[in-house]
Amino acid sequence: MEKFVSHTGSAIPLRRSNVDTDQIIPAVYLKRVTKSGFEDGLFAAWRNDPEFVLNQPQYKAATILVAGADFGTGSSREHAVWALQNYGFKAVISSRFADIFRGNSLKGGLLTVILPQENVEKIWAAIEADPTTSVTVDLAAKNVRLGSEVYPFELDDYTRWRLMEGLDDIGLTLKNIDSVTAYESSRPAYKPKTLPVRS
Amino acid sequence: MSKTLAEKIWADHIVRSAQGEPDLIYIDLHLIHEVTSAQAFDGLRLAGRQVRRPDLTIATEDHNTPTLNIDLPIADPVSKLQVDTLRQNCAEFGVRIHSLGDAEQGIVHVVGPQLGITQPGMTIVCGDSHTSTHGAFGALAFGIGTSEVEHVLATQTLPLVRPKTMAITVDGVLPEGVTAKDVILAIIAKIGTGGGQGYVIEYRGSAIRALSMEGRMTICNMSIEAGARAGLIAPDEKTFEYVRTKPHAPQGADWDAALEYWKTLKTDDDAKFDVEISLKAEELAPFVTWGTNPGQGLPLNSSVPNPADIADIEERGAAERALTYMGLQAGAPLKSIKVDTIFLGSCTNGRIEDLRAAANILKGKKKADSVRMLVVPGSARVRLQAEQEGLDKVFIDFGAEWRNAGCSMCLGMNPDQLAVGERSASTSNRNFEGRQGKGGRTHLVSPLVAAATAIRGTLSSPADL
Repeated sequence: MEKFVSHTGSAIPLRRSNVDTDQIIPAVYLKRVTKSGFEDGLFAAWRNDPEFVLNQPQYKAATILVAGADFGTGSSREHAVWALQNYGFKAVISSRFADIFRGNSLKGGLLTVILPQENVEKIWAAIEADPTTSVTVDLAAKNVRLGSEVYPFELDDYTRWRLMEGLDDIGLTLKNIDSVTAYESSRPAYKPKTLPVRS
Repeated sequence: MSKTLAEKIWADHIVRSAQGEPDLIYIDLHLIHEVTSAQAFDGLRLAGRQVRRPDLTIATEDHNTPTLNIDLPIADPVSKLQVDTLRQNCAEFGVRIHSLGDAEQGIVHVVGPQLGITQPGMTIVCGDSHTSTHGAFGALAFGIGTSEVEHVLATQTLPLVRPKTMAITVDGVLPEGVTAKDVILAIIAKIGTGGGQGYVIEYRGSAIRALSMEGRMTICNMSIEAGARAGLIAPDEKTFEYVRTKPHAPQGADWDAALEYWKTLKTDDDAKFDVEISLKAEELAPFVTWGTNPGQGLPLNSSVPNPADIADIEERGAAERALTYMGLQAGAPLKSIKVDTIFLGSCTNGRIEDLRAAANILKGKKKADSVRMLVVPGSARVRLQAEQEGLDKVFIDFGAEWRNAGCSMCLGMNPDQLAVGERSASTSNRNFEGRQGKGGRTHLVSPLVAAATAIRGTLSSPADL
């Protein structure tokens, strides 16, 4: 996984709440067996509308998505994270994220930043007034900066460390695999097994 | 220290706990399907890793599978590749799979319980958000992303932050015609689609206890629509009896040991939940969604809301957009809404009791000429059971299409989709824009409302017949 320390780019306002994963990437786009090429499915239905914010030329270069509350509700599809990343987004800012989407994003190195809705509104106003506004999402300093404004955010130290080091979760767990083996040795015999097949 | 049920299951599965780190949690059962697993198996191959516990892993094909002509190769080449990839991965890594045509194939959350591999006190994960269904057995069950699927395949564990706990108590007796589906839709409307974020919900109270195991699965299934990662219900005699007769139930001395443990699986009397919410069963009614998220629902006897009456600016805007998308007028009675398609199925309401309940309403009647009705059993086993009971004939005589098992029109990954502007009454779980097909409009309903609507052609409950 690529390290995430700080990212500076332009940002795009998505003034909608409850953006569900079927909007981020509809199910018909989920059939690929790779992790790339999902950018064509990103917000596929909404992109048919020429007025949709992703279609506006002034936001074409944006790498930070600033969305309404409850972003990423719905299914567990990690394709939603891949679609955002494949399209070029490095970070998403919202006042609330759905749990599974948030977990997926932080596993995959897409930084999801939680800011109070009033600060989301301020960023929307700034990037609508000037779409070229430079926005910095700084994980090291745990803040979002634009112009003279600084908006602090929280992220637990463990996840922050893992993202900043670009560490693979599985590799970290495998370092402790002896504790897994020890746990397994004391699991009760009545716990079900899928093999051998019973019918 | 006294604990809630979720906290007990959590504590029993901690492999490793260290200050400042998430707990490493052991996973008792990993369910797999074609859509969210291919990239995970690929990751294992790239790293030269194996599946640690194939004997705690099981796969089925559900999201992409057609519900017609299942003896023919899958027509959509991309869907076929995804299903073929799952088959190859399962063969290569030694994972049990139930493929299309197999009697145990079906929606992953219907298959687990019917095989008896879903049992109380377990941790269960799947790359599918409706894994919360298995919480009906008093298991801690939740959906995960593909990165986590790979993690579980490789290590049989997940690093997880302990969730907060929420109690939702429904006391009293549900009025006639009010089902588990109506209860959970009412709960979601009350707490909102984000209300459960960060929580495991425990459903409690006499109305929940009175539900069958299948009704409890319907409730837990839609915990995710309230934003919760998981929902669960303490196991009781109904739970034990349901599991006892299933193929993978513990046998002999194992059964006795399991039962002894399962009987400890309840929230201690003096345990504290982070949040407690309660509803009165008597105040609930058949429920239907009018908007484009599952929290936008109302009792069927009400009218389409007027966004101008909504104080919250954000919610008002969402309601305005929803009414435009849904093609609805504020103030119109919900029962005046005409639908084109009835979908009876899904991991929410595709089990045998759901089919029986709908068939009971439809028996001897004819569907409205203006509607089509798809009946899609949750699993091949449910389909066989329904055919043994003659339910297939009831549906076919009524004018419905009797299909093969799978997720089908719940998410429209296979050919079962709504056309642009088409409107459904659907027993599934999500009414998002385009969920059932691009431009399609979804009203979430119970199997009883689906059946009554199929007869009348407009949103209806059995009481309207």
